[in-house]
Amino acid sequence: MQAGSAKSSQTLSTESANIVELKNISKSFPGVIANRDISLRVARATIHAIVGENGAGKSTLMKILYGLHQPDSGTISVNGSVTQFKSPSEAIAAGVGMVHQHFMLADNLTVLENIILGSEPTKLGVLSLGDARKHVKEIATSIGVEIDLDLPISELGVGQRQRVEILKVLFRGAEILVLDEPTAVLVPQEVDELFTNLRKLVANGTTILFISHKLDEVLAISDAITVIRQGSTVATVSPKSVDRLKLAELMVGSDLPSHGERATKVGEKVQLSARNLTVIGKDRKSPVQSVSFNVAEGEIVGIAGVDGNGQFELCEALLGLVASQGTIEISGTDVSKLSIRERLNKGLAYIPFDRHREGLMLAASLWENGLLGHEGSLSRGPMIDVDSAKKSCREIIERFGVMTPSELVPAFVLSGGNQQKLVVGRNLAKAPKVLIAAHPTRGIDVGAQAAVWDEIRRSRDAGMSVLLVSADLEEILGLSDRILVMFDGKISAELEPKKATPQILGKYMTGAQ
Amino acid sequence: MNQQLSSKRNFDPMRKSLNTLGSSVAAIILALVICGVLLLATGKDPLAAYGKILETGLTGEKLLEMLKRATPLIFSAIAVAIGFKMNLFNIGVEGQYLFAALISAEMGTHVSLPAPLHVLFILVVAMVSGAAWASIAALLKIHRGINEVISTIMLNYIALSFIQWIFETFFRDDSDGGLNVKTTEIVPSGRMPDLVHDRLNGMFIVALLVAFLYWVIVFRSRFGFQLRASGLNPIAARTAGIPANQMILFALLLSGAVAGLVAMPSVIGDVYAYGPSSTPTQFGFAGITVALLGRNHPFGIIIAAMLFGFLDSTSAVLQLSEIPSSIVKVIQAIIVLVVVIVNEASSRRYNRKIAEQAALLPKSLDVSR
Repeated sequence: MQAGSAKSSQTLSTESANIVELKNISKSFPGVIANRDISLRVARATIHAIVGENGAGKSTLMKILYGLHQPDSGTISVNGSVTQFKSPSEAIAAGVGMVHQHFMLADNLTVLENIILGSEPTKLGVLSLGDARKHVKEIATSIGVEIDLDLPISELGVGQRQRVEILKVLFRGAEILVLDEPTAVLVPQEVDELFTNLRKLVANGTTILFISHKLDEVLAISDAITVIRQGSTVATVSPKSVDRLKLAELMVGSDLPSHGERATKVGEKVQLSARNLTVIGKDRKSPVQSVSFNVAEGEIVGIAGVDGNGQFELCEALLGLVASQGTIEISGTDVSKLSIRERLNKGLAYIPFDRHREGLMLAASLWENGLLGHEGSLSRGPMIDVDSAKKSCREIIERFGVMTPSELVPAFVLSGGNQQKLVVGRNLAKAPKVLIAAHPTRGIDVGAQAAVWDEIRRSRDAGMSVLLVSADLEEILGLSDRILVMFDGKISAELEPKKATPQILGKYMTGAQ
Repeated sequence: MNQQLSSKRNFDPMRKSLNTLGSSVAAIILALVICGVLLLATGKDPLAAYGKILETGLTGEKLLEMLKRATPLIFSAIAVAIGFKMNLFNIGVEGQYLFAALISAEMGTHVSLPAPLHVLFILVVAMVSGAAWASIAALLKIHRGINEVISTIMLNYIALSFIQWIFETFFRDDSDGGLNVKTTEIVPSGRMPDLVHDRLNGMFIVALLVAFLYWVIVFRSRFGFQLRASGLNPIAARTAGIPANQMILFALLLSGAVAGLVAMPSVIGDVYAYGPSSTPTQFGFAGITVALLGRNHPFGIIIAAMLFGFLDSTSAVLQLSEIPSSIVKVIQAIIVLVVVIVNEASSRRYNRKIAEQAALLPKSLDVSR
């Protein structure tokens, strides 16, 4: 095997060079083929990246390796012997550990307690923290992680929490580490730190399976790259033999959408304005502190920031979901005392952070979901005008390209991208003056992403003001006319997208500058 | 195109209703089989028992009794269902209707109105009283965040003692030397006329009307949509500008108002007064079961209430043929359990089927839009 052969040659006599071998794995869920005849060989002590679009089947494949799913067909071999993991605990016992995209840590416990949780070392039935502490310290030092083991998790940042997750898996004796989109939550500087740790891990003999769709990172860190598209392996390549563009084409199967310059000009009139907006926190400090900004007609203002720096609360305050101090104006009218419904009636629209939590009624039909928030205009007297509501939903489906058999199906049958198109469509359909778009393309495929971006641009060209909140720097840089960086509840910088780079943004996002 | 048309038909909500109906019938049959096994185990002949139930239950007299017994169950189940539709568990129907029964029975004796208006007046007082009692739970939830399950259960106990105290202190009719433990009788102008003399009164029609209004309001009106949206996803509803607290208040008021009608078949149709022993109890809890069995749908609730009414009407006869009448309660409980399990399983299967069909559609990979 390519890059790992040198390191593993010493042990070749007793063990196979490939620590993990997946052969002809297929897995289907009701109605969806997630993996189709996938084969994968991972050399010992290498970083093997698995790339593909959202929904390509990367996560499913790794969940099969980790024992969370059982394959319909195909074999898994770890350390040369064919195995079948019925549960994650069996996978852990065989040395396979996984760090999920969403951290699974107990906030009120300390770092050490979290690491040993579930495999607590005991002496005569009594917890022996001393031994555990020593062992964890050794692991941490060996991969260059510095962390205070006695801090509660709630005081750690995202990057450190991720380190805790990795230590947790290593503490259980994992030799094969599966990282599911580890950089999705990190800013560029944190990514660099993570990569340093990962390189040390590999030097110590650990094998890493790295799932990502961020191509630059994949090219920077991995020894081998396997591309998955629509459930099948497209190719396994060496990072030296491909560039970003080639990899992207392998991933998407066609050319990438380009951003393109805007043809229209930003207007003069301010349509959304916040002055000294402060949200008082429930327990500790204020999540939003004295934030002021304007968004003009036809302008997209991007708010960049690491999740949890007050963007969520800012959106909630603008919409009226939480109480705030300061003024909010829509087209010159002070709306800060108005109810949510009244603000929406003034021409505000909101694409929420989490479509499942805040946007959709999954069990209800598409037309009822399309109706949500528009009951006022789609009724006759006190009654819902069912025919108009269905018609309006069909128009959204048509215009935004929602792939669905009809407007009568419940929302849960749609894929994430199509659900998002419905949410976006519902908000853009009534031609709002001001749109707050929070992560409008999170977790959807490239095609749907391009469609959503196009629609936002089109509405912007028609004069809509957009406040775009996103952690996806590509999105922020590609769409915004102006970029505000939010850090620790404050606006820490205002940048021009032409002059901003992910590195500069990253510095402001972490408060390094 | 053909493919699209055929799949469209498969997503028809009508099919889902038929699916539900079919699985409910299958579940009832399964429940009867399970009960049969239970009867066999206790040394009784299940076929004889079921034969007896059908034989006595299907007479004209017993069918009228079935409708009569179903009437308060329909009110109670709809009161519960209104709450369920927005994920509120109104366990307090019991207290709400008993409070409403006492207040409306007493108020009904203090006015003098022509017949239809007098009846209407008492019904309105009952609905307002029921809503008023329910509003306590609503206000506690809105202002203090107290879970309505806890507060309505507690309010049931409070209602029982409170009603007893008011009744004994103020409203008890002592005109015949205290033998009669009732409020003063409502004069004929305030009585609900019978549909069938002494067997079924007009409250049955009112119950059907309420069921119809429930359907119109909850499934077709703007308010009902907001109510259901708040139940399906409270956060999304709030984000879309539906005021959460207002919806809690309205839903519980409406639920309490319907609950206020539960004892009316007795108060204005039968006894013409409130009395601790003459006014029926326990319908608040039976309503929860009936709403569950009827899946909160008005049609389902009416059918479920009739099924329960039918089984109740036969329980006395069973005792005569040495089958314990409690077997009826056992059958009712098993039917509910089996129906809930079977419906859940069949709706999962249904959902999986449409998810499969939807997944067969071409994926959106068109980047060049």
